Amino acid sequence: MVKVTVDGIDVDVPPGSNVLQACEAAGIEVPRFCYHERLSVAGNCRMCLVEIEKAPPKPFASCAYPVNEGMVVHTDTPMVKKARAGVMEFLLINHPLDCPICDQGGECDLQDQAVGYGRDGSRYTEAKRAVKDKDLGPLVKTVMTRCIQCTRCIRFSAEIAGTPELGATARGEGMEVGTYVQKALTSELSGNLIDICPVGALTSKPYQFVARPWELKKTDSVDVLDAVGTNIRVDARGPEVLRILPRLNEDVNEEWLADKSRFSVDGLKRRRLDSCWVRRDGSLVKAGWEEAFAAIEGKLKGVAGERIGAIAGDLCDAESMLALKDLMSRLGSANTDCRQDGAALDAARREFYIFNTSIAGIEEADAILLVGSNPRREAPLVNARILKRWRAGGLKLASIGTVADLTYPVEMIGDGPAVLAALADGSHPFAAVLKAAKHPMVIVGQGALRRDDGAGVLAAAWAVAGAVGALGAEWHGFNVLHTAAARVGGLDLGFVPGPGGKSVAGMLGGGVDVLWLLGADEIDTSRIGANTFVVYQGHHGDAGAARADVILPGAAYTEKNGTYVSTEGRVQRGQLAVYPPGEAREDWKILRAFSGWLVKPLPYDTIEALRARLETVNPVFARLDILPRFGCSDAAGPAGAGLTGGAFRPAVANYYQTDVISRASPTMAACTAAYAAPVAVAAE
Amino acid sequence: MLSDADRIFTNLYGTGDAGLKGARSRGDWDGTKAIIERGREAIVEEMKASGLRGRGGAGFPTGMKWSFMPKTIGALPHYLVVNADESEPGTCKDRDIIRHDPHKLLEGCFIASFAMGAHACYIYIRGEFYNEAVALQSAIDEAYEAGLIGKNACGTGWDFDCYLHRGAGAYICGEETALIESLEGKKGMPRLKPPFPAAMGLYGCPTTVNNVESIAVAPTILRRGASWFSALGRPKNAGTKLFCISGHVNKPCNVEEELGIPLKELIEKYAGGVRGGWDNLLAVIPGGASVPVLNKATCDTILMDFDSLREVKSGLGTAAVIVMDKSTDIIKAIARLSQFYKHESCGQCTPCREGTGWMMRVMNRMVQGRATIDEIDTLEAVTRQIEGHTICALGDAAAWPIQGLIKNFRPVMEERIRAYKAQSGNGGRSMPLAAE
Amino acid sequence: MTEHTEPASFAFDDESEARITKVMAKYPAGKQASAVLPLLDLAQRQMGRVTGSAWVPKVAMDEIARRLDMPPIRVYEVATFYLMFNMQPVGTYHLQVCTTTPCWLRGSDQVVEACRKATGIKGWKETSADGLFTMTEVECVGACVNAPILQVNDDFFEDMDAASTEALLAALRRGEYPKVGSVTGRQTSAPEGGPTTLTTLNFPAE
Repeated sequence: MVKVTVDGIDVDVPPGSNVLQACEAAGIEVPRFCYHERLSVAGNCRMCLVEIEKAPPKPFASCAYPVNEGMVVHTDTPMVKKARAGVMEFLLINHPLDCPICDQGGECDLQDQAVGYGRDGSRYTEAKRAVKDKDLGPLVKTVMTRCIQCTRCIRFSAEIAGTPELGATARGEGMEVGTYVQKALTSELSGNLIDICPVGALTSKPYQFVARPWELKKTDSVDVLDAVGTNIRVDARGPEVLRILPRLNEDVNEEWLADKSRFSVDGLKRRRLDSCWVRRDGSLVKAGWEEAFAAIEGKLKGVAGERIGAIAGDLCDAESMLALKDLMSRLGSANTDCRQDGAALDAARREFYIFNTSIAGIEEADAILLVGSNPRREAPLVNARILKRWRAGGLKLASIGTVADLTYPVEMIGDGPAVLAALADGSHPFAAVLKAAKHPMVIVGQGALRRDDGAGVLAAAWAVAGAVGALGAEWHGFNVLHTAAARVGGLDLGFVPGPGGKSVAGMLGGGVDVLWLLGADEIDTSRIGANTFVVYQGHHGDAGAARADVILPGAAYTEKNGTYVSTEGRVQRGQLAVYPPGEAREDWKILRAFSGWLVKPLPYDTIEALRARLETVNPVFARLDILPRFGCSDAAGPAGAGLTGGAFRPAVANYYQTDVISRASPTMAACTAAYAAPVAVAAE
Repeated sequence: MLSDADRIFTNLYGTGDAGLKGARSRGDWDGTKAIIERGREAIVEEMKASGLRGRGGAGFPTGMKWSFMPKTIGALPHYLVVNADESEPGTCKDRDIIRHDPHKLLEGCFIASFAMGAHACYIYIRGEFYNEAVALQSAIDEAYEAGLIGKNACGTGWDFDCYLHRGAGAYICGEETALIESLEGKKGMPRLKPPFPAAMGLYGCPTTVNNVESIAVAPTILRRGASWFSALGRPKNAGTKLFCISGHVNKPCNVEEELGIPLKELIEKYAGGVRGGWDNLLAVIPGGASVPVLNKATCDTILMDFDSLREVKSGLGTAAVIVMDKSTDIIKAIARLSQFYKHESCGQCTPCREGTGWMMRVMNRMVQGRATIDEIDTLEAVTRQIEGHTICALGDAAAWPIQGLIKNFRPVMEERIRAYKAQSGNGGRSMPLAAE
Repeated sequence: MTEHTEPASFAFDDESEARITKVMAKYPAGKQASAVLPLLDLAQRQMGRVTGSAWVPKVAMDEIARRLDMPPIRVYEVATFYLMFNMQPVGTYHLQVCTTTPCWLRGSDQVVEACRKATGIKGWKETSADGLFTMTEVECVGACVNAPILQVNDDFFEDMDAASTEALLAALRRGEYPKVGSVTGRQTSAPEGGPTTLTTLNFPAE
């Protein structure tokens, strides 16, 4: 450690730290615009100037100056104050005074620091610069006259997003940030540009002129639009969720948020199911809860348990899945399945279906094999973590599946499962690369499992992991990358067919007489038997509701307290930010109420009691937020066998619309129109 | 007065053959192998002893700069990069070396590279010097053909490659780290220091960047000895120097003279004197656009060397003497430099990017007198807000001419303002014009 | 970018390719981005050679990005940073008038005026109606003791005044290309009337 004194406060900081970090360690605030701890150091805004003893008598940019032993730093001298006030004045001379109509107002670094460190007026009387706005696509709005050329966005797009499309063209006063040629940003992480822009140059296009930050109620929660478990903050005003922002979690999303998760927010108030509906004479008509419950009860009468089934969808919280499972067992049914896409996920052991290495663990990997996975589309922040690891150097990557731009170079070594055998027996050259790696990873995507030989692929991928030494006592390199936030939770609580129970395939095609769809919209509803009575419980009028005989309005993830288990097996809780619309209710409560209606009440009246039951079902639910890392305890693999299929097909066709919320979102529809080229998708 | 026998650049005006044959007749490439055989250490020590200070403007001791390079060659190659991006207004000396004495430069490149453990040298020449680049490339080709450079250069056993790289129009690339960035194929934006180039320069490798003149004088110094060189000039300001005398003189020219020559003698002896006589002198910028202007009283006695000019709060810079007679609108002359710096700011640092434009606009008003007296103080304050607050010295360079103007010619500025006020009758307020 | 027509495609011709081979050999393996300035220059020269207007279209920048394995935006950044790259078409003769202080002191205003008069061009960066001339104000070109300088394409015409400017442009119009360098017949940077130093040395003349 290096000893540094900042304004009389002694601190020890790691060698290689910069002076700004030392100041922060001492609890001294240093203003900055260009510096961002996750980006390379630019040192160009000159706002973080400090004075250093025994150095030339001029202010130094603390973000760019390395500490050394015994350094004495001052941040409050007249020289420093004058220097910062000077820089502030320069930043403002060409910055428009349009704060009243600027969406950054109230959360603007320039505003805040002008108040904290600037002069009380400007001496600049010349004409101000005007810069033409750029069109960066449907998500990011630009007001380039406000840009202070800090280059954070340029560095973000190159270093974090891996899509170097932004740059600063021309020079001097005429330097402009943009893409130079008109083009929409192609990153799935572009919304983060809005967060890192310290001024109002890059703001949210869908959110423009919607609200001021002080009007918003902020609720910490968890994202469910992919399986990453991104920590989010839900900002609401009254009954409406207005925006979603990322929340810091170093182990999961760092401080980033993927675009679908950020911008689908307008889908939360469209196509909502806000009352019960019952099908009468072929048409759905609005109904009250009692009428709806009575209709279901009437249909259940006399139906044997084995003719009843339930499918849980991609956005479900663990509590409601458990309640539904418990309800099914009360009805005598073992027909439950949470794998609505038919993926051959093996629930026998947890390490068969989670991302064992963990997201943060990617940074320790030195070789990665992707099997039927496009992490950029399936989990943009997992992809960003791989890019981060790749940028650090020495990572070798290969992929089996479809050629795609993942933002880092990948060697394509095959398009289907055949090559897995060659990797397992060591005859493929990349097997040696994996074997030589200290921390090899195998990442299996849903595209590899969502097929007839999915179980065989899973077993073969496990075998490769075992053969290359990825299943060590200290290092678990076998990973399943999920796309659905509900999936791991569902598997953890056993929302799979019980003894003699039917899977999704078994329930479709008339396999059951009553089918309860809990937010299950990704099944092919045309395959539900014509005489099957369908109960759809969920929050959006999408595929499931269209086929339903009874609709029970549930709550979207922002409207309920719920537990979700991410692809890496991290148990996290979402919180209610606003109440569900109209007659809609939290889903576990609906199920609890219906069980009461049937006089077969579920044994919990509160969410706490339900959660206690969750922990009994699987103790992992007690391990909130933290994620202990385990090595592989048992090399024996999943039971599947046989590799019969052809090329892997992508699991996600259109990144922007994968679920009922993003499908209801006009913003995501705009993105789809702007970006998405249709891709053949893996089906069951 | 320097005798021709002590002049290094004996083909300064291109009267002789610039090719290898002519160069050899003037003593270039003579005994290069023997110089190399003295060894790295001895060459660097001799250069230190000569007292040569960098000829690119900053005046840092060249021998010492060479000694900063790692003593042993590690995993990364070493590079010499020669700064031929001559762009400082008033300066045109390297151009003459390149087109008329290119072999002095190339021999210097080889010796300096050897002394710093470099097997490769890049000469970064400003893009506008197209014909000069053609001339230099032909000299390089000649030297390769003659075995003077290339594999086993001069039969020394040292492999040495020399490459010419053309810039494309950016003054800032004369700053050594901007030059390195540019050479790597990026925008010429100065790097943060530390790390310094000797530790992490071109392609992340140990690198020294030297001015053309600094490198081109090295072979002669090593042939004639450090004591010969250090006996010329003044203490701590050793040797000869190429001076460029431009502006309001009767015969603008380049000339090689000893450091420490009185400015007046330099102008009168070589440049035919100030137009209209010495008493018609208004001011001199003694070292290229970046150094503060001198008034006549200072010019009467000032000696042309690093330390003498530093004492009067100016600088020798590149020794480019820009002479202005009494017909000069001195405010306009400096305002044009403000336009230059605004035009050449890379745009990286806030104070320079924003401040150079601000200064230029105020200076343009000052030319008209469309300003108030207290705006002179504001302008001066703005220059102080830029100076020392940026990554590189362009911010300083933009500030100093204005500071020099205010220091020496404030009454002229005030008079201009009063005259404008009297003529316009609008109270002299600096209302921005709609058309601006 | 101002209004102009972009070509649909760009490919380096044989002459450029031969030079590219030489250029690429200068830089270490993996450092091919160093060649971005030379390649932009070659693209501009090729445009001049083939179309009569030396400028760099976007398609050429994209081709350079592809060849050097750089993101296109990095090439756009570089091309717009360095002022010798013309981002729009220029005339056959690119008149680059230095007006920085040393040239201004020696009468660059008269040179500018004479250029305007002779070409009919009013503002900077404009091209004459006949497509022959484009006028650009440039900063110090580094030949200050021969000020003022009028650079035409690659060549410096030195010690200019209004009359010599008019004569030069008239010659260009006639399809002549006058001798490059000082128009007063001075020996390069030596004082007018011949060198006053280096007179005692006896080296063979050129």
